[in-house]
Amino acid sequence: MDKKDSLILLFLTVCLVVFPFIVTNTYYISTMVFVGIHGIIAIGLSLLMGYAGQISIGHAAFFGLGAYTSAVLTAKLGFHPWSAFFLGILLSSCIALIIGIPSLKLKGHYLAMATLGFGEITYIVFNELTDITGGPSGIGDIPKISLAGYVMNTDIKYYFFVWAFLLLILALSLNLIHSRIGRALRSIHDSEVAANAMGVNTSKLKIQVFLISAVFGSVAGSLYTHYVTFVSPSSFSLFFSVLLVMMVVIGGMHSVWGALIGAALLTILPEFLRALKDFEIFVYGAVLLLIMIFLPRGLSGGLEYLFNRLIKKL
Amino acid sequence: MGLPLYSQIIQYILSGITIGSVYAIIAIGFNIIYNSTSIINFAQGEFVMLGGLIMILFTVMLKFPLVLGFLLTVLILTLVGIIMERFAISPIKKPTVVTLIIVTIAVSILFKGIAMLIWGKDTHFLPPFSGEKGIAFIGASLNPQYIWIVGITVIVVVLLSIFFKYTIIGKAMTACAVNRTAASLMGINVKRMVLLSFALSAAIGGIAGIIITPITLMAYDNGAILGLKGFGAAVLGGLGNFYGAIFAGLLLGIMESLGAGLIHSGYKDAIALLVLLLVLFIKPSGIFGVTEISEFKKF
Repeated sequence: MDKKDSLILLFLTVCLVVFPFIVTNTYYISTMVFVGIHGIIAIGLSLLMGYAGQISIGHAAFFGLGAYTSAVLTAKLGFHPWSAFFLGILLSSCIALIIGIPSLKLKGHYLAMATLGFGEITYIVFNELTDITGGPSGIGDIPKISLAGYVMNTDIKYYFFVWAFLLLILALSLNLIHSRIGRALRSIHDSEVAANAMGVNTSKLKIQVFLISAVFGSVAGSLYTHYVTFVSPSSFSLFFSVLLVMMVVIGGMHSVWGALIGAALLTILPEFLRALKDFEIFVYGAVLLLIMIFLPRGLSGGLEYLFNRLIKKL
Repeated sequence: MGLPLYSQIIQYILSGITIGSVYAIIAIGFNIIYNSTSIINFAQGEFVMLGGLIMILFTVMLKFPLVLGFLLTVLILTLVGIIMERFAISPIKKPTVVTLIIVTIAVSILFKGIAMLIWGKDTHFLPPFSGEKGIAFIGASLNPQYIWIVGITVIVVVLLSIFFKYTIIGKAMTACAVNRTAASLMGINVKRMVLLSFALSAAIGGIAGIIITPITLMAYDNGAILGLKGFGAAVLGGLGNFYGAIFAGLLLGIMESLGAGLIHSGYKDAIALLVLLLVLFIKPSGIFGVTEISEFKKF
């Protein structure tokens, strides 16, 4: 982590701690919980897309695997939420390896198709494996998770719980990026051939990052399950995978901060647009299109540009 | 069903070929744009959805004759393709593959929103072109709409082959697909070819929508899954490969139909996708793709 990142991280932490004291409306707090959950998985995906340069249009699957493992094990089999949480991570990692090893040999659109297919298959299995997943009607009555004796049963408690996780994951990711591995990753993004020639084991690195992003996805999924206490397949469809990719790209692929900004925008924007009723989808599409046309480097790229201009003027 | 197994299988294969022809047309639509621009147009499925719904607007709501409705629908879709290229694709100054993917996804959301505003959230019905009475065919019953679908697909494929092989514009587009820079040096207006590829691709997508709607019905949110199947067929056949798309489209359609009938209807999409993944893992450039091309046009 460099000095600039540490400062922003500190600033973000202060803002997050102050936020619930200024805004007491539980609806806003609840929206922020979802921003945190989406942020965790988007950060993982941005490591894969922005740094390793590999696309995945199937990450909703890992989110779903984490969510369903937590749901099935705690609500149906009476497991402790934390043991289910770690078993979810284990399951997602195993599946990430099985899918990642052959998929990451593919390139460009072929990789996009393979991950997309994997996401769809997982979604279909959630729907059809009725005995375990409850099919389209899902699983309800999922117990709350507790930490050190505190049950996370209110929005405000869960807000701090989720964002603590996010800050931890953010710090880990920033450290990773500024390590030797991070530099090796960026070399893959720029030119895989050159990276290989310089002695970077590109295929192993790509799989490792895919694994990390799957673990983050599973963590986000388990956190989601214990917050809404209900899961059904519709939350893990192709649409959610596409939404995650959009969070990363709209926020700005070249930094993990972008993923966080993208997650915040695409989680909060639909809440505002809900007032427009039938025009919701139309305006949503138009906003995304305009951002991509005018800010091709994403929101964080745009902010950086504005910031640099401001500094020059001063 | 009381039918013997072999006629059931024939029935499944017939419906597989039918639905597969539609996937093939959608895949060709993907390939036309991919060849001239290296873009995967994620709004391709929305062209299909719009084709079906606009046809319903003309023939069911306004009671136009079928042929007139068909021609008007294709014309409007051509315009939609042109508008999309002019207002969403060409304004992008520094296009990267990921930016372009997100732009086409944004356009697809936009089209979906427009369709919902015009047609609402209901599923709409388009009557089959020539009644619903089944025709007996080697022990199975053949829906007359199947003949329309396969027939129109064949006509589209033949016309496109002639267009790309024998007309000067078609040859220019093929040249762009092979090498854009060289094509541009030979005096071909590459930008105009890109515009043309969007127009053509939208028109073809519209035709796919018109012919499939009497069988599957159509609603504002049906585009994504049709687009996904078409993309699957395009990748399976090797991106950019015209005949590969037809073969892979038919293969996907037949597997899906057999899987639904003989194994479990809920898993039909999963079976088709699983085969697709296996093919990609064994041959990473699709059945007919060339490895060199798949590596050349990368992110």
